[in-house]
Amino acid sequence: MTAFDASVEMRPRLVGQRIKRTEDPRLLTGSGRYVDDMAPQGLLHVAVLRSDQPHARIRSIDVGEAFAVPGVVAIFDAGDIAGDFKPAIPTSRMKGYYATPFRPLAEGKVRYVGEPVVAVVAESRYAAEDALELISIDYEPLPVAVSKDDAAMDDAPLLHDEAGTNVIISRTFARGDVDAAIAAAAVVVKGRFRMTRKTPMPMETRSYLAEWDRRRQALTLHSSTNIPGIICDVLGSCLDLPGNRVRVVAPDVGGSFGGKGSLNHEEMLVCVLARKLERPVKFVADRMEDLTAMSQAFDETIEAELAVDADGRLLGLRADVIGDIGAYSIYPWTGALEPVQVVSFLPGPYRMEHYRGRVRGVLTPKPPTGPYRGVGRPSSTFAMERLMDMAARKLGMDPSEIRRRNLVTAEEFPYRTGSGIIWDRSAFQECLQGVCELVDYPALLRQRDAARAEGRWVGIGLASYAELTGIGSRIAVAPGMPINTGTETASIRIDATGAVTAAFGISSHGQGLETTLAQVVADELGCRMEDIEIQHGDSALVPMGTGTYASRSAVLGGGAATKTARVVKAKVLKAAAFLMDVPVDDLEAEGGIIRARSSNATMTFREVAHAVYAQMGRIPHEQREDLVGSESYDPYLGTACASTHLAMVEVDPATFAVTVKRFAVAEDCGRIINPLIVDGQVHGAVAQGIGAALLEEVVHDEGGQLLTASLADYLVPIASTMPEIEILHVEADLPNNIGGFRGMGEGGTIGAPAAIANAVSDALAPLGIEVDTLPVTPDRLFRLVQAARGSARL
Amino acid sequence: MQDQATITLTINGLTYTRAVDARLLLSDFLRHELGLTGTHVGCEHGVCGACTILMDGRSARSCLTLAIQADGATIETVEGLGRMSDLGRVQQAFREHHGLQCGFCTPGFLMTITDMLRHHPLETDDAIREALSGNICRCTGYQHIVDAVRELARERGPLT
Ligand code: FES
Ligand code: FES
Repeated sequence: MTAFDASVEMRPRLVGQRIKRTEDPRLLTGSGRYVDDMAPQGLLHVAVLRSDQPHARIRSIDVGEAFAVPGVVAIFDAGDIAGDFKPAIPTSRMKGYYATPFRPLAEGKVRYVGEPVVAVVAESRYAAEDALELISIDYEPLPVAVSKDDAAMDDAPLLHDEAGTNVIISRTFARGDVDAAIAAAAVVVKGRFRMTRKTPMPMETRSYLAEWDRRRQALTLHSSTNIPGIICDVLGSCLDLPGNRVRVVAPDVGGSFGGKGSLNHEEMLVCVLARKLERPVKFVADRMEDLTAMSQAFDETIEAELAVDADGRLLGLRADVIGDIGAYSIYPWTGALEPVQVVSFLPGPYRMEHYRGRVRGVLTPKPPTGPYRGVGRPSSTFAMERLMDMAARKLGMDPSEIRRRNLVTAEEFPYRTGSGIIWDRSAFQECLQGVCELVDYPALLRQRDAARAEGRWVGIGLASYAELTGIGSRIAVAPGMPINTGTETASIRIDATGAVTAAFGISSHGQGLETTLAQVVADELGCRMEDIEIQHGDSALVPMGTGTYASRSAVLGGGAATKTARVVKAKVLKAAAFLMDVPVDDLEAEGGIIRARSSNATMTFREVAHAVYAQMGRIPHEQREDLVGSESYDPYLGTACASTHLAMVEVDPATFAVTVKRFAVAEDCGRIINPLIVDGQVHGAVAQGIGAALLEEVVHDEGGQLLTASLADYLVPIASTMPEIEILHVEADLPNNIGGFRGMGEGGTIGAPAAIANAVSDALAPLGIEVDTLPVTPDRLFRLVQAARGSARL
Repeated sequence: MQDQATITLTINGLTYTRAVDARLLLSDFLRHELGLTGTHVGCEHGVCGACTILMDGRSARSCLTLAIQADGATIETVEGLGRMSDLGRVQQAFREHHGLQCGFCTPGFLMTITDMLRHHPLETDDAIREALSGNICRCTGYQHIVDAVRELARERGPLT
């Protein structure tokens, strides 16, 4: 791989600046357009009757008087649409894996509470919901194993008979001889860590609007998705339509965090129904439906043991992970995405020779788990960072010191971890040092000790981690998944007015990519930012693009933008050179003006474009080229993004509530395109991490019923429970990709849960408490404290 | 089948008279009957604040209000705060401080803040965070929103 041309890169004007976002004026004035804001002529609404059983055979469905409700147009169950689609199959090359077929409506049996069974189509959502109340489904309940441990047993009832087992994912990563390392180590610490189930909970619920064009026999789906390209491809094959007759558009999307990054039952459903009824069909989930049936997150138990020598150096790690993947392997990522990522990333950013991580993914009667900001790494970092602190405590070493001794150093890059991940050129050590300096760590320790002396429960927690971001074709985003996530294409066109349109396969849903990509294009092309329109979130824009996920869009989109802008700029300059009668290398472009260095003569982009397109014969045909370009970019390996988080918390001894008193982040995200946006991404991700640590938990009871079906039960952070977040951007060697950008959309959710868990454990260190389950709610803390006091008394 | 009623109300300075179903939510009335889709719906159970509007000058949840309850009322929605080419002051502060990402919660925050600035001192960050605690934002972690409100409160000065 060759280094990028630094001479070009080193004089950016817009990249690096706090540019106000282009998307804001429309969103601030209510002029945005989200899926539910659209109401084409003849629109029909769908309401869905969902399973109230975790596992049952559908004996019969009685629609009763539902058709008599005014406005009801049609009612469908699986049988009524059986010939209209092929199920989506989330294939993978993993050994022993079973790909669960994915359908719009449950066929034969239901496998989780909330699974769609019957669809009512009506002139209004109100009428459709009225009709739902009149429909009854007769179920024959089937035996269930609700917890992942029960479901993994050999004699557990099977959710998918064809699979022959509930354990459809099973992998092991190993290097060296970890058993020997543990047997011989001076210090061994172990724990059983549980990161409970979460839901991504974007503020806009899942919303889909399908339109069937009778004239073209073509389908357009407006979807609140962050993967329009992937959805378009799968719909094409499920509905047997060629790519030029399916288009998936993501208009303004109200957040995703991964929850809108997979195929959904209802997304397929509206398409099937729109074609069948030849009318536009819309489904908008209500909050309860999203909390019940949106893809969920995490849900692993990690049993892990860490061996350390007397100087605190890591020797080896042995882990057994069991992930609850829910009732289906999600399309396209598969159920392996989350749990396998846990064992891949468990060794963390540390130097450690011996490793063995075993993982199993188990089908259970719950909604499928899918991507959620951070994927796997919030859990792996939680477990590993807890073990680091437990080891430090045993050794009587400060938590910052044990990390300093083990974080991979700059001289050791590239470093291959025990699970095979390669870390390169990232500021592991500098982030740890940086965060300690930012908060004046020694002073903070004194503050904690003073509080402790007064009997208060105050603690400090650190968490260091690294993630791969913007990964290229060398690594699949999900193991064995046959989708190309490693390249992105940009297509740039200058029209006769000199206006620039830059189109991408990525799909912004809050990240401000319309702004950041315009900054990159303006710098590279030499035009004005206001002359650029960034188009994204539409499968028809470029031949191949998958979307925005896995912190990839700045790296891949930015790289594709850079390459394409350079191609188009060369064409602009070539035309200008002819028109101005100077050599090409005498020309430079900036702010929409092309200038000849020798003569100071200038032309605007607009003038050049006009000459190229509108002035017949001005440029001879052999020399005339359209001012367009389309290039793709593949960062091959991708980049690493490192960070250390620090939290200071206080536990209230009366209520057991945890208050986050300080929160600091030092992170290395490479060249920053827009610091305002980067800070916003960190704030939002940290908030989700704090939510995961203290509040958020999807709870299913032993009968598989959801207990957290409203926002009064599933708690997320609000302004008054969030601390001020201090951020330090650490500059390390730039990564080896075009532009030197690293992706950083996810990081905050990775470090924060671990930092909080460590801080709470530190606060309760006088009682010898080690937090092993998140969220550490007042209820859990109360029980931990009771148990600790009880055993102290014995 | 449904009871209907005719209501007259003023929204962003315009008067509307419409026959509506008695059970129609004000949020649905604004969005789907009048096409004022700037007001968003995030939960329909009164928790998230995305649907916040001003009703007779005070913030209210349009998802917990029936359209017929707004008969005779004066309503302000995000569409009345400013235009893309001429943002209102709260909107400007949000833009300068990057107080929004996906923008879905934003109209609700803007309306809540408009009300809070008129009626609450908002002298400390704690008070600002308390004032914002009835609105959920899943994107921003609230910090840039707090920054924007702090500036607006300073600029406004003490309440008289
Ligand atoms: S939509 Fe009204 S409070 Fe959430
Ligand atoms: S900006 Fe997305 S929810 Fe607030």
